[in-house]
Amino acid sequence: MCTMIMHKAPVAGFGKGADGWFDMSQANVSWDHPFHAPEEHALNIDFVNEAYGPCARVAVELSVEGARQLVETIQTVLAEAESRGLVQTGDSQTGDSLTGDP
Amino acid sequence: MYSTDQYEGMLAETVVMRGANGDPVQAYFARPLGAGPFPGMVLAHHMPGWDEWYREATRRFAHHGYAALSPNLYARYGHGSPEDVAAAARAEGGVPDDVAAADLEAAMKYLRALPNVSGKIGVFGTCSGGRHAVLVASRVAGFDAVVDCWGGGVVMDDDQITPQRPVAPIDYTAGLNCPVLGLFGEEDHSPTTAEVARHEEALKQHGKTYEFHMYEDAGHGFFYYHRPSYRQEQAVDGWEKIWSFLGRTLA
Repeated sequence: MCTMIMHKAPVAGFGKGADGWFDMSQANVSWDHPFHAPEEHALNIDFVNEAYGPCARVAVELSVEGARQLVETIQTVLAEAESRGLVQTGDSQTGDSLTGDP
Repeated sequence: MYSTDQYEGMLAETVVMRGANGDPVQAYFARPLGAGPFPGMVLAHHMPGWDEWYREATRRFAHHGYAALSPNLYARYGHGSPEDVAAAARAEGGVPDDVAAADLEAAMKYLRALPNVSGKIGVFGTCSGGRHAVLVASRVAGFDAVVDCWGGGVVMDDDQITPQRPVAPIDYTAGLNCPVLGLFGEEDHSPTTAEVARHEEALKQHGKTYEFHMYEDAGHGFFYYHRPSYRQEQAVDGWEKIWSFLGRTLA
């Protein structure tokens, strides 16, 4: 790791990795060398469940603009869903309790 | 340089050595066939992990007459694809300096104990591996040459200090006891040209032997033929400088 810019966020949900769906527990967000994106650095997000080992990973490597757009879009979608009464209070807690087999 | 009528053979395989804290650490070991004695090279892999490029680089050193050993510095983050394991290491802020240095020291001692390895051993690294190469050769006796290819983080400001990387390698410069070859690109963001200049100044101040080459129209990772960062002309020249440097320092 060269930049050392990395933050972790607890994220409940499911991701589809190389071996199928697994329940993820965390998103590791970094600005560092990407493995695939043709750039020196990228905004990398690894959705992982460390309990299942390093292969339980869903990876994205985003451009700066793409990452900012993604953040805005997520907020927009959540706000719209909330405004239509589709997000119930406590859904985030419900999400935290999601479980599944790796 | 070899000639077309000479015998050439190579053995390349995975071995297990004892690394930091006595942990079993897998290493890729490529060496010429024959009684030797061959000079040794330890390879410190880059941030993207113990991957195919490092296998190829290890065999390349063997092809040029070196017993080359590349330990998996991410051995403690589980097994899987090099990318997945590297991502796990990244999530923990990278491999701790003490662990990387101890693993590379163990690799040096592994080579030094072999009957067909000469008494001369160098260390090569790119990216974070370049930093690790400088670090271990500055902290540990027993290396005879360092090849630092665009190692970012040799120079660290206070806000870059972390529990994994508590001391900037440049601060160990007084302890360096072997020549350094540094290959860098002007367009690199880590290390920047200013950081390379600071490193060079420290080497000068401490009276160390070094040669630095700053390539134009090159950035981070200009040897990596599988990345857009590849620069053919600079990479060919860089490899030639490595063989020349090691031919002089490990003879």
